Amino acid sequence: MMFALEIPYWQLTALKTVIVLMIIPAAAVILGYVFLLKMMAHMQSRMGPMEPGGYHGWFQLIGDGIKFIQKEDIIPAEADRRVFALAPLVVLISTFLLYVVLPAGPRLAVQDLDVGIFYALAVSSLGVIGVLMAGWASANKYALLGSLRAAGQLIAYELPLVLAVVGVVIQANTMSLQGIVHAQADGAIFGISWIGNPFILTQIVGFGVFLAAAQAELTQTPFDMPVAESELVAGYMTEYSGFRFLFFFMAEFGTAFALSAIAATLYFGGWYQPFFKTGIMADVLGPVVLGAKVMLIAFLIFWIRFTFPRFREDQLQAFAWKFLIPVSLVNIMVTAVFKVVL
Amino acid sequence: MPEIPGLAKGLAVTFKTMITTWTQGAVTVQYPHEKEDLAPRTRGVIALKEENCTVCMLCARECPDWCIYIEGHKEKRPPRREGGKPRTVNALDRFDIDYALCMYCGICVEVCPFDALFWTPEYEYSESSIADLLHDKDRLGEWMVTVPDPPALEAGAVKKK
Repeated sequence: MMFALEIPYWQLTALKTVIVLMIIPAAAVILGYVFLLKMMAHMQSRMGPMEPGGYHGWFQLIGDGIKFIQKEDIIPAEADRRVFALAPLVVLISTFLLYVVLPAGPRLAVQDLDVGIFYALAVSSLGVIGVLMAGWASANKYALLGSLRAAGQLIAYELPLVLAVVGVVIQANTMSLQGIVHAQADGAIFGISWIGNPFILTQIVGFGVFLAAAQAELTQTPFDMPVAESELVAGYMTEYSGFRFLFFFMAEFGTAFALSAIAATLYFGGWYQPFFKTGIMADVLGPVVLGAKVMLIAFLIFWIRFTFPRFREDQLQAFAWKFLIPVSLVNIMVTAVFKVVL
Repeated sequence: MPEIPGLAKGLAVTFKTMITTWTQGAVTVQYPHEKEDLAPRTRGVIALKEENCTVCMLCARECPDWCIYIEGHKEKRPPRREGGKPRTVNALDRFDIDYALCMYCGICVEVCPFDALFWTPEYEYSESSIADLLHDKDRLGEWMVTVPDPPALEAGAVKKK
């Protein structure tokens, strides 16, 4: 942070926490409104919400959030009350921790870790524990089966997600997200250094695998077997309502934003734009540039979500184990060979 | 991978739909602000022309939902010709259609031998209480002004006197 020298550490930490806590609902509302409400509606030749808030229904999701908070907090009689109450928080905390390493400018990151991308992938899998807790504590057979479905899928797609990232890490020589951005900013492709070397050009296969695995991690539609709102009573969320359901919703879209931001950082150069590499302008433009790239990748994710029908459970597992993982392993080998040769 | 062209085609469909909706508007209509153009003989609600009704009960008996309630009584009217017998006519006391039950099959309109029932395209008569969906004969009579004119006769057809 640019004023890091002026205020004490604990105040800075508190400030960063508050900012991240504000970013997650904002990100969830922006993604939910732009893509879930408006883009999906337009792809189905509808207008989506038009009334709330006056202008094209911009208030719809905020109003929904207020509605969820007002609702009665229902906990089933047989449920394990403490675990039941804790589960949505665990999922939300996993999302919260993802934002810690996301860089939005040369100095705009909560904390740039040396093992940044490794940390991000590790905390993103914390959500699985929350999902299992939710399903088990609900004391409901549908929720339990749903949570096992979800855990099976999330674990299966964790692997291609990690393996796809390995290619980028090999190419960038670092696991720090800032380091990966700088590696792309300072790189050159075919001797042209003006736009740097966004890894999408060399890691296009890895990007495809990452996108597919991220889609599955977010349980977006071709992979929404765990949730299946209308057919399988929303899986592990069956017994959740009110603000606990809101937490799951925010975590889902907050994670969608965070994974899009990670994809933007890994493959599109993150906050980097070719005009200002350092200095105050890079910090000012960084969040805007990163936001644009995030919206682009989120558009891809939601476009696929609204187009394709759902995988069957066996197709879903086969796609991860028989296609994505071999492809990403080949990608790692090819990247490693090129790294050594060049 | 033989699935790829099909997948790409699917993505193109949704993308094109999004763009056309954006530029040319949706196929849906923003209802309270704008209304759909209805077909001219849309079946919205049934209107009653009270003076044509003879309380013959055909509609009430044919109604599959039994949602038509008719009550009437006989009245003496002066004879048509001098020195004739006074006529007996059926007077309508009650004619209710319960739109909470009606399934808009239109059989009552079909069977009415005296053209007392008509379809009209009006549809905005929702109520917050289900009991208010029972339209009495005055309410049904008010719909008469909204009945569209019958379609014009074909060229060369002879109008019945």
